[in-house]
This record gives sequence, C-alpha cells and structure tokens, in this order.
Amino acid sequence: MLVGIYIIAALGLNLITGVCGQLTFGHAAFLSIGAYTAAILTRDFHMPFLASLILGGLMAALFGVLLGIPVLKLTGDYLGIATLGFGEIVRVAFTNMKITGGAIGLAAIPRASNLINVTVFVILAVVAMVLLENSRFGRALRAIREDEIAAGAMGINTMWYKIQAFGIGCFLAGISGGFYAHLLQYLNPNDFGFLKSFEILNFVVLGGLGSIPGTIVGTTVLTLAPEFLRFVQEYRMMIYGLLLVLMMIFRPNGLLGGVNFRRLLRRRKQKAAAISG
Amino acid sequence: MLLQQIINGLTLGATYALIALGYTMVYGIIQLINFAHGDIYMIGAFIGVAAVAIFHQNFFLTLATAMLACVILGVTIERVAYRPLRRAPRLNLLITTIGVSIFLETFMTVLKGPQPTGFPTVLKNVTLRVGELEFSSIQLVILLVSLVLMVGLQIIIKYTKIGKAMRAASEDYDTASLMGININRVISFTFAIGSALAAAGGVLVGIYFNSVSPYMGVTAGLKAFVAAVLGGIGNIPGAMLGGLLLGLAEVFGVAAGFSTYKDAIAFTLLIIILLVRPTGLLGRPIQRKV
Repeated sequence: MLVGIYIIAALGLNLITGVCGQLTFGHAAFLSIGAYTAAILTRDFHMPFLASLILGGLMAALFGVLLGIPVLKLTGDYLGIATLGFGEIVRVAFTNMKITGGAIGLAAIPRASNLINVTVFVILAVVAMVLLENSRFGRALRAIREDEIAAGAMGINTMWYKIQAFGIGCFLAGISGGFYAHLLQYLNPNDFGFLKSFEILNFVVLGGLGSIPGTIVGTTVLTLAPEFLRFVQEYRMMIYGLLLVLMMIFRPNGLLGGVNFRRLLRRRKQKAAAISG
Repeated sequence: MLLQQIINGLTLGATYALIALGYTMVYGIIQLINFAHGDIYMIGAFIGVAAVAIFHQNFFLTLATAMLACVILGVTIERVAYRPLRRAPRLNLLITTIGVSIFLETFMTVLKGPQPTGFPTVLKNVTLRVGELEFSSIQLVILLVSLVLMVGLQIIIKYTKIGKAMRAASEDYDTASLMGININRVISFTFAIGSALAAAGGVLVGIYFNSVSPYMGVTAGLKAFVAAVLGGIGNIPGAMLGGLLLGLAEVFGVAAGFSTYKDAIAFTLLIIILLVRPTGLLGRPIQRKV
C-alpha cells in the first residue's frame, strides 16, 4: 500500500522534474502539507475521508502555486535549492505549530487508507498522467524541458505552464500525503525532511526521468528494497546507499529510462513481419 | 551586548564558511552539489575524537590528522563514486552524492551508535574578558584557525600552479583540458582541499559544542550549502562572506526571540536572496544562450 501511496507522489514529481524538467528538492513539503491538512480535517473536524483527502491535495497545490509564482523564475540548480529551502521551512513551521502537534507529532488519526481506495487513486493518477502527457499541455511541458527559450519563442507561455505543472504535481503529492497520514495514523514533521524529498526524487530518477512506467517500477523497487534488505539489519541503509551509487554508475538512465514502449512493440511487430514475410 | 553577539555570530559563521568552501569549489568546477560534503565534516569530527585518544590531547596534531584522513576519504569518494559519472546526466551524479551521504551516515551509526558523543578536552576553556566583552578561548581558536585556513586557501588559489589550474577549470572546463591541464588531477585536488577544510570545521565544531554525532553533518551541511549559495555558489570569497553572514543572521535571529525557528532563518534568507539576486551576493549572472 505504501508503494501505491508513493507512486502517486512520484507521478507528481515526474510531471515537474521528468516531463517539465524543473528540478525540485522540496516535494516532501507538499506531501506533509497534504498529510497534515487531511489528518486535521478528519481528526478534529470529522470530515469524510475523501473530502479531506481532496482538500489536502488542493491545499498542497495552493502552496505549490504560491511558491511557484516567485520561485519558478529561477532555473536549474537554483530552483532546486530554493525548493529545498522551502521544504525545510515547512518542516520547521510544522514543528512549531500548535495545531500540528509540534515536535511530538500528530497521533490518533483515523485509519481510512485501504488497498481499494489507494489502488483506485493510483489508477486515476496514472490515467490522468498518461492523458496529460499526450495532450497539448504535455507537449508544451516537454518543449519547455528540451529548450525553454525555444519553447517561449514558439509562443508557449512557459511561466504559466510551469506553474500549472507545479500545481498539479503538488496536488498529487498532497493526495499521497493524505493517504500516508491515514495509513500510518501518526505524523511527525521530521519524517518529511529533505531526505524524504530525495527519496521520491530517487524513485523517479531510478525508474527513468519522464517515464510513467519507469516511475512506477522505480517506486516499487526502491520502496520494497529496504524491506528485502531487512535481513542485513543495521547495515540495511548502508547497502541502500551503496545500491543507489551502483545503480547510477551502471544504469545511468534509470531502469526504464529511454525505453519507449510503443517503439519496442512496433519493432517486435516489424521483426515478426519480416520473419513471416 | 551587540559586540558580544557579533563575536558569537562570527564564530558560528566561520565554521559554516569552512564547510561552504568545499561546496563552492566543487560546484565551481564540475557544477555538482556534493551532498556528501556535510558527512565528510562529520567524519572529520569523529576522526578528531579518535585522534585525541591517540595523540594525547595535542590540538594541532588532532586537527592535522582529521584533515589528512578526510583528504584521503574525499579523494577516494570522488575517484570511486563520482568520476565514473563525469559524463552522465547531472541529476544522476546528484543522487550518487546522496547515496554516498546515506552510506557514510549509516556507517558511522553502525560503528558508534546514533547517540552524540562528547569531545574529549583538547583545549583548556578559559573565559577571556576585554572590557564588557566575554569570549572563550575556544572561540578565539576557532576564529584564528579559520582565518589561517582561509588565507592559506587564497594563497593556494591565487599564487600556485594548481590554483591557477583550478581557476582555469572553473572558468571553462573543456577549454582548460584542451590547454593541457590534467583535469582529473585538478578535480581530485579540489576535493582534497574541500575535505580538509570540512574536517577542520568538524573538529572545531566538535570542540565548540562538545558533541559529535553521525547525523551532525545533515543540518550543518545544508546550512553551509545555503551559505555557499548566499555568497554566490562557485565563488570562493562569496562562500566566506555567506558563511559569516549566515552565522550572524542565526545568532541575531535567536537573540531577537526566534529561537524555535532557528533552522528556518537560514532557508528564509536563502529564498529571499535567490529571488532578489538569483546567483547570490557575489555571483556572476547566468547567461542564457540559445
């Protein structure tokens, strides 16, 4: 189930970083905004789960757009650094706020995430992303990734598209956060530090930037890997770190990066045709 | 009172600056944000603790051992983990640095346990008084050692052959290598210097706060990185300036009553500076070419 939850967040990040090419190191912040919003709504205001989930996502999107408007002017590493800073600010703010339970964390969140609703949302997110990527919007984002100046010259309002992509990505992170909160039933600001942001980034990069199947595979592998590595006990994270390094050295484009499924299918058909013909 | 805070701020800032220099030099040459740098600082502090036990409390020997060990560590990491990825997409390299960072942190946790350990006394802590001012001898040592190291760095960069090569490489990596500069040696040397400075920072901070822990590099590394960006990443005097500014901002922020938000001060400052001057205080503007 955690895999599904992370897939939703990773899809959001894939849209921002993979498709649109905007580096962000603060994705965990939006996860936490969605998580806290949804958790507080169901716990203290007894809202239905679905409604608070959506509201959590919208809240994350709102913050994403508010942050995006000034910050998306920056490019490359500087954007990454600024979002990293934002992530840390959010973490410190949640540690100091009363309504979030501060450093002790927020406990006794009702458990509402289950396999069915997570799966439904994963499917919805995947379908939405596939449709989005193959639409005018998705093509505009890819144009921005390839060359922002050229895209601007072609009449694409790059700023507006970037903000939209950022908002949608953050919305997905917020939804994912809501599920996360209602699965673990406990939230602590320290769980959403910059390491979490990088974890999600790892999912996307390992799977292959900009590839939806890649994101799904990457997330699955990396979420389950620490579980499979449990037998080595305290060396677990050490090996995890080592694995990251080795993966990057030997599979620099990610597991499925650069693999185009349609082309793969077509090639196979051609081969079959050549043999039969 | 004001001067007192300034001294505290400068002490803190000097240690940030020492770490920030490593970030900025590496970024200047290969445009890599080395997230494992904060962990080299942490390892430096731990080696310092071990060295005190071996050399019976000689401060300078301790410092030198930590610096030397981290030079070896830093160069090895670059050789093993970063060099094979020199031509890979930059995001991959970034994730490699995070992998190394996770590796080093858990390695130390496995070795020493997650709890902070105290730093054995190497320096007598005497409180010095000048008029109204009060500062500890440790603060004085931190300021002096940082000053010596930074002046030394400037001399290396400005007046030696390898320093010249470093400047050339940060100006234009490919052209420098065409001009017969052994770029791999320059990069190794950059990592060596950066790691040595971080180790020195680690030992000094360990002594100052009397605490060393496997995760001390996370926050300190991030803040030093912020310092490097504040001053303009890739710019060496910028990193020094950024470090000192950040130290001052934190001390004054705490004095002004924002102590619970201490860690957010650095990042708020960061975002504001990035929005006003996207390449930092002393950075050159990026040129966008088609």
